[in-house]
Amino acid sequence: MSGEAIEVRGLTKRYGDDTAVAGVDLTVHRGEVFSFLGPNGAGKSTTVEILEGFRRRDGGSVRVLGEDPGTAGRVWRSRIGVVWQQETQVPALPVRDLVRHFAGYYPESHDPDEVVERVGLAEKAKALPSSLSGGQRRRLDVALGIVGRPELLFLDEPTTGFDPQARRDFWSLVRELADGGTSIVLTTHYLEEAEELADRVCVIARGRVRALGDPATLGGRASARATVHWTVEGRRRETVTDEPARVVGELSACFDGEVPGLSVHRPTLEETYLELIGQDGGAEAAGRSTV
Amino acid sequence: MSTDTAPAPGPAPSGPGHARRLPGALRIGLSRGRVEIRSFSREWESLVFTFSLPALILVLFASVFDGMFDMGMPAVDHYLPGMIAMGLMSVSFQLLGTGIAGERENGGLRRLRGTPMPPSAYFIGKTVLVAFLSFGQTVLLLGVAVLGFGARLPSDAGSWATLAWVLLLGTVSCALLGIAVSSLARSAQAASAVVVVPFLVLQFTSGVFVPVVALPDWVVDAAGLFPLLWMAQGIRAGFFPEEMAALEPGGSWDLPQVALALGTWCVVGLVLTLVTFRWKTRRDG
Repeated sequence: MSGEAIEVRGLTKRYGDDTAVAGVDLTVHRGEVFSFLGPNGAGKSTTVEILEGFRRRDGGSVRVLGEDPGTAGRVWRSRIGVVWQQETQVPALPVRDLVRHFAGYYPESHDPDEVVERVGLAEKAKALPSSLSGGQRRRLDVALGIVGRPELLFLDEPTTGFDPQARRDFWSLVRELADGGTSIVLTTHYLEEAEELADRVCVIARGRVRALGDPATLGGRASARATVHWTVEGRRRETVTDEPARVVGELSACFDGEVPGLSVHRPTLEETYLELIGQDGGAEAAGRSTV
Repeated sequence: MSTDTAPAPGPAPSGPGHARRLPGALRIGLSRGRVEIRSFSREWESLVFTFSLPALILVLFASVFDGMFDMGMPAVDHYLPGMIAMGLMSVSFQLLGTGIAGERENGGLRRLRGTPMPPSAYFIGKTVLVAFLSFGQTVLLLGVAVLGFGARLPSDAGSWATLAWVLLLGTVSCALLGIAVSSLARSAQAASAVVVVPFLVLQFTSGVFVPVVALPDWVVDAAGLFPLLWMAQGIRAGFFPEEMAALEPGGSWDLPQVALALGTWCVVGLVLTLVTFRWKTRRDG
């Protein structure tokens, strides 16, 4: 295998007068977990659906697993897996039979029983889809998305509506797939999900890439100015600084030991994200995006 | 990345020297046919409304109307051809018209587009489903009529041959028309309106419930633009004694006209299907 999983240059898509995607450039490497973040209507779903070969683009070049998704054929489709955003209908067949049936579409599928086991539906193998809970139903979608042994898996808001435990179980499944060498494109609304799973995140707002990089350093987050808080005579004080360690040292010397109410805060991914998608923050961030 | 030899969790190895052999369209299509049949048989609404309704109506008519009007034959014999025509249109036109619109709306078709399933396999699956249900529908109606009410079946090979081609052409034309209508409707709910209402109107204007001799000419002419009237007429030709032909609009069974009308609808339905079929809803752009 060679080349990148996904290469996008100058991608545009319009709906009537409305420009949904206004020149997106990005690259997804083989074997990485790549996450799209962005508000509703920002163009991320449109971008992902173009990559999946479901929507046509108006401009730019797109290569997914070395082919143009707009014209790629069945062999290409057998190399990708898609877990759609909306709940999609499946025939009224027991879970195991459904996974077995979809496995028959692919040249080299996983063992259907193993897939049912891995997504945690072994106890529901004989249940009908209509009897599954929301989280179980989503895991069935994932089973159908991975049974064909995809090289590249698209997960579109896979954990919406999950309880915290189900979400953590799902995360470990995604990590397992990534460790096995599957490239993963994850679209999500949950910042902690992107931070937990993604090697790189791409923030899209108003049809453009606003920032792209390691979630730990996104938008200059790691080197951003820190806020140091402490308390003097019952009143909360704070200072914003580039050198939080020096400030804490000085405070410590001043108080001769422990500093009351001490905290050092750097922007969370959520704060960075909100700044990036904001009107001004977005424009500013676009200037320093690291595509 | 080097060649991936990891077991279960990894993606399938690919690239040069590792040609992927895709399963054939026919194999996937037949597998889809089995799945469609199993899935259909689990949905009691479709079992009742799409599959069993004609047999229920036949039971009602054969019991209630027998001897009430002068039909020149027992009520079961009188209504059986129309019920077969209606039953076959139900498991082809109504089933596909509402079913495919539903699959398009609720993402069933979208899911399939994300897999390497060839489009032809989808239609092979639908063909298997409609063929299975048409056969079952015919057997059910004949069984109810013969075992329950002692209906008279044709005794000569010529009549059976007529029935065979009329049932085949009628079912194919209605199935294609159903697929085309599913694409014209904006949503699944709209599809059930544009399928069920015209179908009901046709049942009353095509000689299914009311004999065509009792209908005004313009009604018969209008109904004659659609396949149901011709199906019913062709099936009557197979079941009814020869002298009943006098009650048909042209005073004869007019089988060439039946063949021409149904054959034309097969061609028109196929063209409409090819031109209008969409994997996406209109919203998906």
